[in-house]
Amino acid sequence: MAAARVLRAGACCRRRLLSSSSSISSASSSGGRAAERGERPDSAGLGFRPPAHSHSDWIGPPDKHSNLRPIIFYVPPDESALERRLREARQEAQASNQRFWARHNRAFRQEKEEFIYSRLKAKGLELRDESGQKATLNAEEMADFYKDFLSKNFKKHLQYNRDWYKHNFRITFLMGQVALVRALRWLRRRKKNVQQ
Amino acid sequence: MFREETELGKSLEHQKQLGELGGLSLKKRRLRGTCRLFVWHLRNTGVRQIPCRFVHLYHVANNRLITFQYFNFLKRMYVTRCNKDLGQRAKPKSNSIVPPFHELQQLDQEKKVVHKISPVSPVHQSWSETSSRNELREMKSAAETEDSVIPVGAESKEDRRWKEMKLRLDDLPGILARLSKIKLTALVISTTSAGFAMAPVPFELTCFLLASLGTGLASCAANSINQFFEVPFDSNMNRTKNRPLVRGQISPLLAVCFAACCGIPGIALLALGVNPLTGALGAFNIFLYTCCYTPLKRMSIANTWVGAVVGAIPPVMGWTAATGSLDAGALLLGGILYSWQFPHFNALSWGLREDYSRGGYCMMSVTHPGLCRRVALRHCLALIGLSTVAPVLNITTWTFPIISLPINLYISYLGFRFYRDADRSSSRKLFFCSLWHLPMLLLVMFTCKKSVLEKEDKGDLPGGSNEMAMEIRLP
Repeated sequence: MAAARVLRAGACCRRRLLSSSSSISSASSSGGRAAERGERPDSAGLGFRPPAHSHSDWIGPPDKHSNLRPIIFYVPPDESALERRLREARQEAQASNQRFWARHNRAFRQEKEEFIYSRLKAKGLELRDESGQKATLNAEEMADFYKDFLSKNFKKHLQYNRDWYKHNFRITFLMGQVALVRALRWLRRRKKNVQQ
Repeated sequence: MFREETELGKSLEHQKQLGELGGLSLKKRRLRGTCRLFVWHLRNTGVRQIPCRFVHLYHVANNRLITFQYFNFLKRMYVTRCNKDLGQRAKPKSNSIVPPFHELQQLDQEKKVVHKISPVSPVHQSWSETSSRNELREMKSAAETEDSVIPVGAESKEDRRWKEMKLRLDDLPGILARLSKIKLTALVISTTSAGFAMAPVPFELTCFLLASLGTGLASCAANSINQFFEVPFDSNMNRTKNRPLVRGQISPLLAVCFAACCGIPGIALLALGVNPLTGALGAFNIFLYTCCYTPLKRMSIANTWVGAVVGAIPPVMGWTAATGSLDAGALLLGGILYSWQFPHFNALSWGLREDYSRGGYCMMSVTHPGLCRRVALRHCLALIGLSTVAPVLNITTWTFPIISLPINLYISYLGFRFYRDADRSSSRKLFFCSLWHLPMLLLVMFTCKKSVLEKEDKGDLPGGSNEMAMEIRLP
């Protein structure tokens, strides 16, 4: 399928690695400089470097805090303005999602611990029982916490939903444009080859 | 062995069509009576010895093969929960792994299981040759996160978890099957077939096949768009974190293209090949599911009612495909499916409250637990009422309400228990009952269908048909 093909970067040559977790400008400048020197910069913070010959993006295991999978984007040397816009949109969306969910999950964990602690204290129990195990509340007792947490974060979620849908549509639309441009370019090249 | 592998390989992906109740224990029961619909596997939640585990796994695999022979996707996806549980148990308890997963299982026995996980996981890794790549990945992630200070070995293990985002054509069918939630789609097609079969017209095979295919394509499209919209939320819920878009196996653009390639031909097939009414219903259902239900899930508890309508429309589509008109029988069938959704979903969502709360989903089980249980009970009782209305509308004979009374009473009883006890075990019982209750109800309805020939004699049918009439009469 043409779409599958165009999603794979076709160019060879140098590879600049950009990680999404670091800021875009610093990474790109250091990455660019390192690439010019012929070195491969490390994908800052992610501890993984895709092989040099690979021309596609790489996706990693779920993040500890946000449960989202980080992507290391491939930057082809002949990246067009449209492709750069797409890549930057994806990086921005990834960074924003990462920030939101890491913070949200951390808050959830923390508030849950606090809730369990306060409930156990109210019941007169210790946080850890005799065998050293962490004492837990059953699902019915936790239900109050879940309800409370959901209603507290309702507005935050509404705002996030709006942002996420906007990012998603924008990225998909740009992907469509990039795919179309690449397909047309490929067709034109083929026509030229046939004519020659 | 190969079949085992494919089963295991699919298990993690397909497990969550009907959702997970988060418990560690599964009950093994054989339904007495003529219909042995379910076999599912008993697992002790206590300590497991290593040799026993192999036996146990073999036993599980065997059971799954047996059950696969018996039936349809509906039960298989449910039985394959066994594997998912095993996969979950391989994860050692560690703070870095998604905590809600652990907190979800607040059973006493869990502590013992958690202790046992560390020694078991190396064994699991050696067994993993036969397991899916997914489980291997999960176990590796579990194993390596628990010791962060390891020399070069860990780096390569960590590195191996990074995947190139390159679409391989031989992976594509599996990826698309998961993207379109193929098992749920198959269920939808079967409810459409039920609607078609119940229509009081002679059975036409081509129309039936076109309607089923069109509905299936429409369902694939709707499910793909749903997954496209929900990527970050799916990543954060245990039930859905192995979906293709979450794992980056397919790009969002491709998902949308696939949805368009399924939806447009599907609706065209329904509108042109069957009749425009069915096409319109199909298009409306896609819209309702993707543009109403999916966003509403995060905004208001009304999503459950909208979702129930989404589930009720396919049998109506089957009926209109056969008859070409939206009459009382279609609405009754839709009503039965509508009512069924509530005990099914409300019971399921009872065990997922933590994930819903953290993920930001507005579900009755989290925000209005009393309402959740009341509605489930109410609709269990409504099923009895609707079954009684069926002969009044001349769809079935009077034997239908009588024969279906036991199963309807049983699900109502479980609904009442859920309403009264409001605990995990009653919710699970109700959920599992709903899984076999619907197919049985539809089957009984079909066997009690009012014969078409009878109607022809009475001159009720609009014009004769040359096709063979499909008649079932009870002795």
